[in-house]
Amino acid sequence: MELTDIIKAENIVSQKSKLITENVMHYCPGCTHGVVHKLLAEIIEELDIQEKTIGVSPVGCAVFAYNYLDIDWSQAAHGRAPAVATAISRLQPEKYVFTYQGDGDLASIGCAEIMHACNRGENIVVIFVNNAIYGMTGGQMSPTTLLGQVTSTTPHGRDEKLNGFPIKITELLAQLDGTCYVTRQSADTPGAIRKTKKAITKAFQNTRLAKGVSIVEIVGTCSSGWKMSPVASNEWMREHMFKKYPIGDIKDI
Amino acid sequence: MGDIKLMKGNEVIAETAIRCGCDGYFGYPITPQSEIMETLMLRRPWEETGMVVLQAESEIAAINMVYGGACCGKKVMTSSSSPGMSLKQEGITYMAGAELPCLIVDVMRGGPGLGTIQPSQSDYFQATKGGGHGDYHLIVLAPASVQEMSDFVVLGFELAFKYQNPAIILVDGAIGQMMEKVELPDYTPRWSEQEIEEISGDWALTGKKNRKQHIITSLEYSAPPQEIFNHKLQRKYKEMREQEVRFETIHCEDADYIFVAYGSVARICQKATELLREKGIKVGLLRPITLYPFPTQAISDLCSKTKGFLTVEMSAGQMLEDVQLAVEGRTKVEFYGRMGGVIPTPEDVIEAFEKIFSI
Repeated sequence: MELTDIIKAENIVSQKSKLITENVMHYCPGCTHGVVHKLLAEIIEELDIQEKTIGVSPVGCAVFAYNYLDIDWSQAAHGRAPAVATAISRLQPEKYVFTYQGDGDLASIGCAEIMHACNRGENIVVIFVNNAIYGMTGGQMSPTTLLGQVTSTTPHGRDEKLNGFPIKITELLAQLDGTCYVTRQSADTPGAIRKTKKAITKAFQNTRLAKGVSIVEIVGTCSSGWKMSPVASNEWMREHMFKKYPIGDIKDI
Repeated sequence: MGDIKLMKGNEVIAETAIRCGCDGYFGYPITPQSEIMETLMLRRPWEETGMVVLQAESEIAAINMVYGGACCGKKVMTSSSSPGMSLKQEGITYMAGAELPCLIVDVMRGGPGLGTIQPSQSDYFQATKGGGHGDYHLIVLAPASVQEMSDFVVLGFELAFKYQNPAIILVDGAIGQMMEKVELPDYTPRWSEQEIEEISGDWALTGKKNRKQHIITSLEYSAPPQEIFNHKLQRKYKEMREQEVRFETIHCEDADYIFVAYGSVARICQKATELLREKGIKVGLLRPITLYPFPTQAISDLCSKTKGFLTVEMSAGQMLEDVQLAVEGRTKVEFYGRMGGVIPTPEDVIEAFEKIFSI
């Protein structure tokens, strides 16, 4: 049997979503963004909403998300994605509008925008990738950096007296009446990835029901920023990040 | 022929926005322009035309909502006053960089800092020279009457979409707060999906359907393409300077001296011109209507037969620099200004004029 006999359409059991472009991803080995992008592409394709989906990319590592997912995109100023998404959703209510934000973007500079978009109950989905560091700018402390965690701006470890405490922003957002579904997931094992896919699918389905903001936080790794191998990153995340940021649904109404 | 009404300048902005088919207004309260959002909320245009009106959590959020709306090819706007405009600069430079059309209304008050709530023109530099970071310009319209507040909402959207660039109505609190007769435009329906497709179909975020994906961004990966893009912007600004200069001249034909003033100060100077003419002094007035592009050539053309220009502003002398650049030292350029919210009277202007030119 030749290789060409095997590579046939009828033999395909899994393949790249057609929404993933041919562009070479800039993400580092071990980065969670690639997995989340793949899930988004699959979900948008499976729900058949490519023509109706508009993404809002952040400032941070995912700023170039528009290069990888073949949908219409707006690139927002740092932290402002929820404000941008608010207007897109209000002016095109039939669309599926989502923001894709990191912890620096959402939980630090964009605190006001995410809080008030959630409080207004905008009909949007928020994909929040929390890797406890500013990846794009070279590994500085973020609002979700753990106590004791070493970053380039906490070279001696995060000290609560100097830097304050890691913020559990997702729990805060769950307190707001405008959010309908708030969950925290991860992408470190095939099982976790399946659960994350289910959560994001549900978030997009909520848009059709116009129930308010659906937030899916994905606790992720930043091997380059953390200065660990991808495998060690996953182990460190499970040991430390999951304690502070426990996996599971926070709100579902 | 539209309705003729007696209205406040700020209310007219709101009323005209509804009538000209504006799709969305996003704002944050600040004196002296809060009547714009208040009027809209009272009128409930979402029931009438489908226009979205939203009170944002901050000026920053408001301008980013405008960014989002503009991404969709919609006619969207915001309004604010000086301290709020400083906060909006981030969103404005992103819109200039992403080539998004929108209308911004800045009802200026005295500064710096929180300053006063009284009328001022001290944000001329901010509006005409860019305001935020990067090499960019806004189309700047300066109304001098409540009628022009209405006219320039229509014109502002027209120019913003023509050049895919934010346009700003730069006005002082006096025009925003005063009541005058105004002829409002007839109702124009909001653009349909089909019309948006025709006008902005090659870039607007309408959903990727039977076409390539659309991306709205002001980000470039490397320097050379950014420079190429910046040259494109500069060509656009050059075209504005060639095509869009608007100004008004009063009694300039035989004038020995010419006032240069915009907004409410132009009206004060018009009165001063009349009073001085009654005394037999040949004075004229040049009123820039577009502050960017500035009527450089018009001022330049008047140099040879003018003994001097007197620039009058409610600032420490900001437009003054553009007048000086137009005159290039060929005749005198003098300045009289009041600051902090103090409005000069025609008599103040005449006194300054006579003192400066020793008349």
